[in-house]
Amino acid sequence: MIETQNVAADALPETCAALVRDRHARLVVMTGTDERERGRGYGLYYVFALPSGDLVSIEAQVDPARPEFPAVTRVVPAAHWYEREVKDLLGVEPRGHPDPRRLVLHDDWPHGLHPLRKDFDGRRGVGRDPHPHEPLTGVRGDGVMEVPVGPIHAGIIEPGHFRFGGVGELVFQLEARLFYTHRGIEKAAEGAGVERVLFLAERVCGACSLSNAVAYSQAIENLTERHPGLRARIIRSVLLELERLYNHVGDVANLCAGAALQLGVYQGGVLKERLQELNAAVAGHRYLFSVACPGGVRRDLDAAAQERIRRESVAIESEFRGYVDALLETESFMERLVGTGVLDHDLADELGAVGVAARSSGVARDVRASQPYAALRPGMVSPVVRTEGDVRARMLVRVEETFASFGLIRELLHELAEVPPADLVTPIGPLPSDRWAMGMVESPRGENVHWVMTGASGEIARYRVRSASYNWALVPFAVAGNLLPDFPLINKSFELCYACLDR
Amino acid sequence: MLSLLRRRLRLATVTSRWPDVPAPLIDRAQPVFDPARCDLNGACARVCPVGAIVVDTRFALDRARCISCSRCIEVCPTGALAQGLTFAVPERTRSDLVEPRAAVATKGEELASRARHVLGRSLQVRHLDAGSCNGCDWEINATTNAVHDIQRFGIDFVASPRHADVLLVTGTVTRNLEIAARRTYDAMSAPRLVVAVGACAASGSPYPTGYASGEGAASILPVDVFIPGCPPRPEAIIEGLLLAVGRIVRAR
Repeated sequence: MIETQNVAADALPETCAALVRDRHARLVVMTGTDERERGRGYGLYYVFALPSGDLVSIEAQVDPARPEFPAVTRVVPAAHWYEREVKDLLGVEPRGHPDPRRLVLHDDWPHGLHPLRKDFDGRRGVGRDPHPHEPLTGVRGDGVMEVPVGPIHAGIIEPGHFRFGGVGELVFQLEARLFYTHRGIEKAAEGAGVERVLFLAERVCGACSLSNAVAYSQAIENLTERHPGLRARIIRSVLLELERLYNHVGDVANLCAGAALQLGVYQGGVLKERLQELNAAVAGHRYLFSVACPGGVRRDLDAAAQERIRRESVAIESEFRGYVDALLETESFMERLVGTGVLDHDLADELGAVGVAARSSGVARDVRASQPYAALRPGMVSPVVRTEGDVRARMLVRVEETFASFGLIRELLHELAEVPPADLVTPIGPLPSDRWAMGMVESPRGENVHWVMTGASGEIARYRVRSASYNWALVPFAVAGNLLPDFPLINKSFELCYACLDR
Repeated sequence: MLSLLRRRLRLATVTSRWPDVPAPLIDRAQPVFDPARCDLNGACARVCPVGAIVVDTRFALDRARCISCSRCIEVCPTGALAQGLTFAVPERTRSDLVEPRAAVATKGEELASRARHVLGRSLQVRHLDAGSCNGCDWEINATTNAVHDIQRFGIDFVASPRHADVLLVTGTVTRNLEIAARRTYDAMSAPRLVVAVGACAASGSPYPTGYASGEGAASILPVDVFIPGCPPRPEAIIEGLLLAVGRIVRAR
């Protein structure tokens, strides 16, 4: 159930602050829409989750003649990047925002053009502003030096620009320039069919593809109130845990790369590869693309597939246990992780951290526990929480969650064996007009939210994806005060994706 | 460290036996097309989410655009489209990726022999993400794991374009990466090769071209080999690199 409150734009900060203060709500997603064609203005939607798991949406309309509103960020800091996005993409100004610089649009994007306005033609290229402004503030002072890195990095990784400011090896400040891989997916979804958008949703992020496909599918199912049957829901849950496994195991291996522990990279890489080949064998794709769809799943897990997952999960779990034990005994490695890249609990809480990063800093957020979905029931998943907030904590949370996932998969397979073969897709029918709904999934990186609004004739009018990689907003806080050579380690411990942030 | 080493010593050889043994057959691979069974009903073209299939007086599948979703296979009433590929093979020209095949290009083979001569069959590769979903990038990473072990082919990855013979491009070339992509290529010394990895880099699919997303690597760089797939399997990426340096020659 979603409780909706319509308020005047001027009342947004006060209403949102009261919700956080009085009902202990946290901001899950915020989005802006262009509803001028429907005789309204720009819509602003702030969706909060209550401790009970119920959602509250605070909604306001902004007069198109005066596209501005008082920034909620001043009282609810978790809104900071959302409101900057609204400013860039819709041209609606969050008045009094503490950091009104551009976020999504880059320096050479012309002024006054906003891609998510309905009168902006997304199919056409846009020229570059010949006078780009410098958005990075930097650090000044005696002996301070700046180290620019990227957007193209030395490893096989995604693009982003980082500017380190500090003295010697000590980093005072990190500024990140992201959104290089912005492909315009949200704009491309407008007016497109449900199935077309599914294939875009899967490619918001290759490494969390299934989580994105399921979150999108849930949004569509919530719009049409047509939900998958039990068998399809169990299959979704099994495969979502397989997605977590290959990511978490690979992330532990990558952490070794951040500390130049080649034996660890090698052995973890073999386990990740084995998990991805398991994906290919039972679901037809190493990254689980083209498996989920609105209404259910596109393929069954037959008895042979179930047996293969059961057998492999036992074997790989045992291998992983030996691997982790060996890593924990490797003091030269573990010492690098302790006390490195600490993310403060209050900061993580207030700035809306999700996923492994939140749980490693004592913030118990896991959608599987708070808003159980697919085949999950309350109590089936307990968030794994640590309090140190350092690189080691983020590694250990992943390790514990990996073991929990192996157990959860076997529990789900046990249930699946009891469910007779059934239709795997519930027909969803046409979308209702002028409504919105959302889906939430705990991806390997954390909470992914897909928010879908339909237009007057039931077409997709706005598609908003908030992935767990919004945690990027927190990384600079964990880096300040650390040594520059520890950045790869800190970065890999968050293991955020650029593509799903940039969209 | 010692216990990691002990574990390593206990591990059997994990290296893949590809190419001596084919890669595994998987369901979400690109379709096999049998012209004898095709009655041009067009069901496949109607469901293809990326416009990779055109059916008018004949059937055409653009493997560079195909994202292996298998929707066409599901709806084909005649069995002309079926599963049965391990992966779609890389080609030297964009038109060679259109099924049924167009005329054979010859310029590619000349280039290959020159590259073979100059680069001596060993390759230093520089990866460039020009706006991908991260899937291709992870598969490129997987080529370096102990199973796929790309180094057994004399291929390795380098940190700087200045050290590279090949630029391995993923992504559609987004607006925000176009300048960085050009600069990366410009930083390489000749002779240099460009390999486009995956549907995005090979064709811009599945994202519509527009204010943010481009039409793939060939729109700004001279591409020598196109590797189809979404994402291509590690074996396909290795095969594409071997093709680029002339260690595979396609029989026609």
